[in-house]
Amino acid sequence: MRRETNLYTSIDWITVALYAVLVLMGLVNIYAAVYNEDHKSLFDFTQRYGKQFIWILASVFIIIMLLLFDSRVYSVFAWLIYGTMIFILAAVLVAGTEINASRAWFQIGTFRIQPTEFAKFATCLALAKYMSSYNFRIYRFRNLFIIAVIILAPVGLIFLQNDTGSALVFFALVLMLYREGLSGTFLIYGVVIIVLFILSMILNPVTVAIVLASLTVLFYWSVEQNLKESLFMILVYLLTFSSYFTAVRYGHFKLSQQFSVILIMGSTSVILLVWAMIKRLKTVYVIVFYLAVSVTFTSSIDYIFNNILEKHQQDRINELLGLKFDPLGTGYNVNQSKIAIGSGGFFGKGFLQGTQTKYDFVPEQSTDFIYCTVGEEWGFAGSAVVILLFLALLLRLVFLAERQRSAFNRIYGYGVISILFFHVAINVGMTIGILPVIGIPLPFFSYGGSSLWGFTILLFIFLRLDASRREVL
Amino acid sequence: MQHQYSERKYIISGIAVLVSILYLSRLFYLQIIDDSYKLSSENNSQRQVTQYPARGVLTDRRGKILVYNEAAYDLMVIPRQLKLFDTLDMCRVLEITPEFVRKTLKDARAYSRYKPSLFLKQLSPETYAVLQEKLYKFPGFFVQTRTLRKYPRKIAAHVLGYIGEVDEAKTMDDAYYKSGDYIGISGIEKSYEENLRGTKGVSIFLVDVHNRIKGSYKNGKYDTLPIPGLNIETSIDARIQELGEKLMQNKTGSIVAIEPATGEILALVSSPAYDPNLLVGRVRASNYQRLSEDSLKPLFNRALMAKYPPGSTFKLINGMIGLQEGIITPQTKFSCNMGYHSGGITVACHKHPSPLDYLGSIQNSCNAYYCNVFRDILDDRSFGSVSNSFSNWRRHVASFGFGSKLGSDLLNELPGFIPDVPYYDKYFGKNRWKSLTVISLAIGQGELGITPIQLANMTATIANRGFYYIPHIIRKIENRDSIDHKYRIKHYTTIDKQYFDLVVEGMEMVVKAGTARVAYMDSIKICGKTGTAENPHGEAHSIFVAFAPKDNPKIALAVFVENAGFGATWAAPIARLMIEKYLRDTITNPELEQRILDGDLNSRVNKVVAKKRK
Ligand SMILES: [Zn+2]
Repeated sequence: MRRETNLYTSIDWITVALYAVLVLMGLVNIYAAVYNEDHKSLFDFTQRYGKQFIWILASVFIIIMLLLFDSRVYSVFAWLIYGTMIFILAAVLVAGTEINASRAWFQIGTFRIQPTEFAKFATCLALAKYMSSYNFRIYRFRNLFIIAVIILAPVGLIFLQNDTGSALVFFALVLMLYREGLSGTFLIYGVVIIVLFILSMILNPVTVAIVLASLTVLFYWSVEQNLKESLFMILVYLLTFSSYFTAVRYGHFKLSQQFSVILIMGSTSVILLVWAMIKRLKTVYVIVFYLAVSVTFTSSIDYIFNNILEKHQQDRINELLGLKFDPLGTGYNVNQSKIAIGSGGFFGKGFLQGTQTKYDFVPEQSTDFIYCTVGEEWGFAGSAVVILLFLALLLRLVFLAERQRSAFNRIYGYGVISILFFHVAINVGMTIGILPVIGIPLPFFSYGGSSLWGFTILLFIFLRLDASRREVL
Repeated sequence: MQHQYSERKYIISGIAVLVSILYLSRLFYLQIIDDSYKLSSENNSQRQVTQYPARGVLTDRRGKILVYNEAAYDLMVIPRQLKLFDTLDMCRVLEITPEFVRKTLKDARAYSRYKPSLFLKQLSPETYAVLQEKLYKFPGFFVQTRTLRKYPRKIAAHVLGYIGEVDEAKTMDDAYYKSGDYIGISGIEKSYEENLRGTKGVSIFLVDVHNRIKGSYKNGKYDTLPIPGLNIETSIDARIQELGEKLMQNKTGSIVAIEPATGEILALVSSPAYDPNLLVGRVRASNYQRLSEDSLKPLFNRALMAKYPPGSTFKLINGMIGLQEGIITPQTKFSCNMGYHSGGITVACHKHPSPLDYLGSIQNSCNAYYCNVFRDILDDRSFGSVSNSFSNWRRHVASFGFGSKLGSDLLNELPGFIPDVPYYDKYFGKNRWKSLTVISLAIGQGELGITPIQLANMTATIANRGFYYIPHIIRKIENRDSIDHKYRIKHYTTIDKQYFDLVVEGMEMVVKAGTARVAYMDSIKICGKTGTAENPHGEAHSIFVAFAPKDNPKIALAVFVENAGFGATWAAPIARLMIEKYLRDTITNPELEQRILDGDLNSRVNKVVAKKRK
């Protein structure tokens, strides 16, 4: 049974209005960020605001196109769209143009397009299609595996483009998976992984090992509530650690930190496993497994950090963790960004009155650091409005997603929510100095045709799906 | 079914709300509570001024200053802060045209309206003093101080090198350098850049609408002080460096003098030289252009890079190899009939008593003697083949540092060339060459290519009776205990000390009663050897190597004068004057000095250059 719907009455105008306000605020701030007295006209197309204005007009056209399609198109062609995007992502590696050390762009004349921005909605469509299929069960290993493949294929290709920030965005989809029934522990593991990552950057490996060991005991005690067995575990740890320290102190030999950790954790695990076999304690197996995974993880971080991450990424992480203080080096942008935002006060300096934002990071001022201009010229009032608008958009999207009858629509909706949330949180967090500098744009705000169109498509496919939600039973 | 998870929407919404609250509180703190980010009035703005450290000063070995710094003032402009000003007044003060002002301001605007651009480079202190009074009339302009290199003695341009603006590529791969910074481009300025440059600092000021500095930003919390560069004491002796450059005026060539006991370079002259002040400041680009177009190539550092055949000075090496290999003894005699004649080949010689023993052969520089020695070395049956004995010969030669870079701290050193077996095999064919084919090596001609510093190093090696230290140009870096360890290692040759003692006797005879009597002095025992490098393009190059005094030598040097004929005519007297100046701080034979100073050999060099061009 299908009921025809009137597009005009069934589209969610609240979301459309939020979108329009954000896009126009973005344009105003781009104008302020690159303001040039010699080119005052907003329609001067040699300037970024003139160009952004064209991108916005084009977006309106894209929106109309998206809404005119039958809503079933997105479900029917989901795989085709996804496959095409993967192909384009691979093609850009071969035939793309390299800009700022990222081979992520296609250039046609003076016009550049970044396929990464369009891979986001394509991946959401593919996931929605796959996860809404009849036999899908999220806790089945096979199904989880395919989800991982769908997500990791674009991630891998974008990573190869040297665009780490955009690659990270896809991991935000864990939030959508959580909504669809993925165990909450995955979400917690995500947080734990980040904490471990930071710990292993700051502390030396043996100290991290001690922290990990204490965590396993706590975990065991909280699950099993067995004091005797927990004490036994502590005893095992104390024995191995103290014999290690004694050996190093009096043995006149030196072990590498990594090797020490493997030695300690290896011998501890063997003792615990033997004990678990004798006593038939299932939880211990699990704990030893997690311990092994954590140790591998933390010790591989050092390797990844020193061998895989680029110099500027290392610097940014170091800066964030306070390992290096360098106001004119890596931390310089963040420091300037904080000064710009901080100098805004409550009501800001006023439109075009900002001085800090125009100083020193001109290339990113209208893109990744656009939020600084908001902070400086519109003050706390303006910055808070932007955050609240984004929050309103996200909450509205949650509401819309929950009212869908089809799993496809809902899953896609949560995909949109995850990606928008990640972008906003990371971008704003970076400019106010509580997250590392990861170069991803602020949705709808940042200068750039590809990102504006990418987010527009992402959002309006969902609005189109929502408009027809009553057509499916 | 999956609706069972619908309560999770609260958790997801909750996360979004929590993050928003966290960010809003952070913003509240940054923008409202923390005053440190506020500026005192809305028109105030920050200005970052790079504080350039003073670059290290270079002195000679006796503490005489070779390079120091002089303050220079760059006029900067921030287009956004410009207000109407009296252009003509500014043009009067700065001696510039209104067109220049217009064009420069246009370029500055094109670059950035908010960042400072260079308006006018290097104002003189006088201009700066006048401008300082009037600067308040020119909002948007400010003066940035930096220092310029100044060379009080106008000597040693090739050694000291020069500094210039860093290139784009360097700013990309070394974060320390920003566009517009200065960096050592050649000589000591380049090789000791990291010691000399110091560390830049930065001051952040608040300025008001009238472009007046209101104070430092956040009490200098983000300021860093510049750390001055380290001073370096070079091994140059300014007295003989200056004398050498003077003696070489109107001549082309090179002088390298080394202290044998340390390997320190006492003088390094490449002629024609130029005044190092030419490559400083606003005039650098035009002067550089002019110097690089000069047909005599003044920018080319002949001391390190020019390859010459060593001529008869190389007989010292061949003789010692003969002794070391047991081919000859000091008593071995060869006769000379105005040259060496064999297999249709003649190597001519001049008139002298015959036959000669080893010492006599050095004293008279007999070509026939060394042709015999060299052929006997290569035809030595115990090596099985000419190729093998040639390789052995080359091994001895290389142990003096020939044929490869010595590894001094002067960059741009070239290796020179000593032919090897594959070279001749390729040239003549395998086993198609024999000792007679390469006979010109016997008297230091043929394919041999030796740089002046290598020949000076050989002389120092003989002065030391068998070893050398890698020649180097610095003695001490401020606050450092010692210079690079590699300059403290003795490099021994493959020749035994006893043969060095013999060759030294021969070299003493050369100056006392041989080919270089012109260099003789009663008061200093000089040991030397003349050389004449044949030059297919024109007159031969005059070469002389010498060290003094004979016992416990203090100076060893090599002198090359291009197209000057016999070694004794020009190179030997120059060496004698250098030695006397260094050891006695005086010149007892002013007529000789005058003759050298008056000598203009560049007309001959120019003829050669012109001929080569055709
Ligand atoms: Zn002779």
